[in-house]
Amino acid sequence: MAHLKVNQEKITDKEQLIKICPFGAIEEINGKIEIGAACKMCRLCVKKGPAGAIEYVEEDIPQIDKNKWKGICVYVDHVEGNIHPVTFELIGKARELASKINHPVYAVFIGENIKDKAEEILHYGVDEVFLYDNKELVDFRIEPYTACFEDFINKIKPSIILVGATTVGRSLAPRVAARFRTGLTADCTVLDVKENTDLVQIRPAFGGNIMAQINTPNTRPQLATVRYKVMSAPQRNDEKSGKITLMDIEKEKLNSNIEVISVTKKEKEVSISDAEVIIACGRGVKSQKDFEMIKELCDLIGAQIAVTRPLIEAGWADAKRQIGLSGRTVKPKLIITCGISGAVQFTAGMRGSDCIIAINKDEKAPIFNVAHYGIVGDLYEVLPRLIEKIKVSKGA
Amino acid sequence: MDILVLIKQVPGTNKVEVDEKTGVLKRDGVDSKMNPYDLYALETALRIKQNKGGKISVLSMGPPQAESIIKEAYMMGADDGALLSDRKFAGADVLATSYTLSQGIKKIGKADLIICGKQTTDGDTAQVGPEIAEFLGIPHVANVRKIIEIKEKSIVVEMDMPETVEIVDIKFPCLITVEKDIFQPRLPSYKKKLETKDREIKVFSLKDFDDKNEKKYGLNGSPTQVERIFPPSVNNDKEIWQGNSDELTEKLYKKLKDLKFIQ
Ligand SMILES: Cc1cc2nc3c(=O)[nH]c(=O)nc-3n(C[C@H](O)[C@H](O)[C@@H](O)COP(=O)(O)OP(=O)(O)OC[C@H]3O[C@@H](n4cnc5c(N)ncnc54)[C@H](O)[C@@H]3O)c2cc1C
Ligand SMILES: Cc1cc2nc3c(=O)[nH]c(=O)nc-3n(C[C@H](O)[C@H](O)[C@H](O)COP(=O)(O)OP(=O)(O)OC[C@H]3O[C@@H](n4cnc5c(N)ncnc54)[C@H](O)[C@@H]3O)c2cc1C
Ligand code: SF4
Repeated sequence: MAHLKVNQEKITDKEQLIKICPFGAIEEINGKIEIGAACKMCRLCVKKGPAGAIEYVEEDIPQIDKNKWKGICVYVDHVEGNIHPVTFELIGKARELASKINHPVYAVFIGENIKDKAEEILHYGVDEVFLYDNKELVDFRIEPYTACFEDFINKIKPSIILVGATTVGRSLAPRVAARFRTGLTADCTVLDVKENTDLVQIRPAFGGNIMAQINTPNTRPQLATVRYKVMSAPQRNDEKSGKITLMDIEKEKLNSNIEVISVTKKEKEVSISDAEVIIACGRGVKSQKDFEMIKELCDLIGAQIAVTRPLIEAGWADAKRQIGLSGRTVKPKLIITCGISGAVQFTAGMRGSDCIIAINKDEKAPIFNVAHYGIVGDLYEVLPRLIEKIKVSKGA
Repeated sequence: MDILVLIKQVPGTNKVEVDEKTGVLKRDGVDSKMNPYDLYALETALRIKQNKGGKISVLSMGPPQAESIIKEAYMMGADDGALLSDRKFAGADVLATSYTLSQGIKKIGKADLIICGKQTTDGDTAQVGPEIAEFLGIPHVANVRKIIEIKEKSIVVEMDMPETVEIVDIKFPCLITVEKDIFQPRLPSYKKKLETKDREIKVFSLKDFDDKNEKKYGLNGSPTQVERIFPPSVNNDKEIWQGNSDELTEKLYKKLKDLKFIQ
């Protein structure tokens, strides 16, 4: 069994060593250093501790034959046949990885009446789409979907499987990984592949405060989930390429203890705390009716609208949409502030955002101190032009 | 009805920082607490018990100190608790953790309903629940945001999908993972604290399990390996754009496109 060996005599400073462990697993018991059950085998103590003090002892484990597993597969995420765009982003990534190790790119599509939709996937450079089309598969239910996935893996033996980190993907991928007793890395933000087909997976943990590089060295297939909008979708080709293969599966395998009673469309969320993109308005927005323009932009880029306190006081928006010290704290991927001066009481609620774009006509406005990209200009000049441009690009 | 809630001990804060030079994680203190998402799971169980009666057990895998979160669960109203603790469980990834917990569940006796939190605040994968369900061979539903009805042989729940809400009926035994805000968790009660002061916490290790194969637990049973931990890159860009409105719009458009906010 691989384990850590503690060489007491090589320990120079016990306190120091104990502090190295991020998981509090190193303890001093009766004057001796011991490794406890909290150990995550991150091996930081081996690398950062006094030389030789903690040793990683590996036992020879039989290595699997990685050549038996070929192909990079993308799970086609959909609800009622409407393919989620994360699927195309993953196909783009799969193609990039596949070209490095000379593997084919596959897609596995599970549902009912989806043949037409499968044709669409052929516009994105997939070599083969494996189709499970059956009336038992009309709604996502965990047992039959896992059964199809299992059938696919057993027949095709793909090396790598990429799944969108959607509600369905996050439910299905772990189930499949456990069935094959293989590794699954959640919410990867960077993916690469080694010559020996090992997938290099980088993901955030501890609420995004650290990044971890994770490897699945001795099991196949390797599974990873990736969130929407992390990878880039490839251009759609006018020509189709690749083929569709219809897969058979025994009916008995499609039984389920789950019955889907209803599927209803949701009203749009209003919480700005969970929003990934926010457009925040301040007093630079002259009247409440100008919100129409802001809302139009919000719809185009999938943003939530938020405001500064004076706009709440003016009764222009619901208090739930206020950012700042006496409002909500937000940490979106993108926030665009429009006509906001950047008082500390406001910025306290949004400084942590990944990307801050500020539009203000006063180049001395303090908001430019926290912005990553500052636009010194009139929001009534810039925003209408931007809206026009986005509409043209969307072909609307 | 027997309900089992899975709870994990996590660091008191996830505000960890990585020292860029040494690669060592810096944490304020080594405080730990119950994974906040598991409080919602426990509250869900308590509400079901209030309506339908039954027994609530909690189960955790972790170091001996994790007994403290089981005590906390007692103070909230759990009836019974067990801890799976063994050095051989150390270094477990999701697969090994889920397998260990599934063995522990078999040991303490199967429940009708197993409830997990949505995710943890440290490992943060949200994968443990579904993998346990697989090892137990029972159905699961993730992202449950509402309990609609408890029937004789099944439970009706509302599942949160990105654009839709699905109402599904799942037969017992089954596992659900619950969203935060499904119910507001109660605070631990002082009265319960006194009442449960001497309540037993069962501790099991590998030798108590049906499957004693060391290769399936801890580091050896973990297909994934953390190769390296490092700080996230922060956006240190600082650009101020000036010019006429067309130029500014062009720059803004291009930036939004580069950052993939416009497809
Ligand atoms: C930086 C970092 C990154 C990691 N990335 C991965 C990865 O991508 N893939 C991987 O396989 N492993 C990974 N691991 C290991 C993995 O996170 C944990 O070791 C694993 O034990 C639990 O996963 P989780 O915390 O993500 O739980 P989650 O799956 O997020 O937990 C969901 C629910 O399961 C229950 N639960 C989880 N753990 C326990 C427990 N110990 N006892 C009782 N109930 C529990 C709780 O109800 C919890 O709310 C990573 C570890 C670190 C430190
Ligand atoms: C205890 C306390 C708590 C507070 N809590 C909060 C809080 O939680 N949230 C909050 O937001 N505030 C809070 N405030 C108020 C805060 O101090 C500021 O007064 C407020 O944030 C300013 O809002 P603003 O930026 O919209 O308005 P202003 O400060 O008036 O800024 C308007 C900006 O718009 C620019 N502008 C005008 N026209 C245009 C145009 N056409 N194009 C581009 N730019 C233009 C101007 O140059 C100016 O910089 C709090 C204050 C106190 C005392
Ligand atoms: S390997 Fe990592 S978790 Fe284990 S004792 Fe060393 S530092 Fe701590």
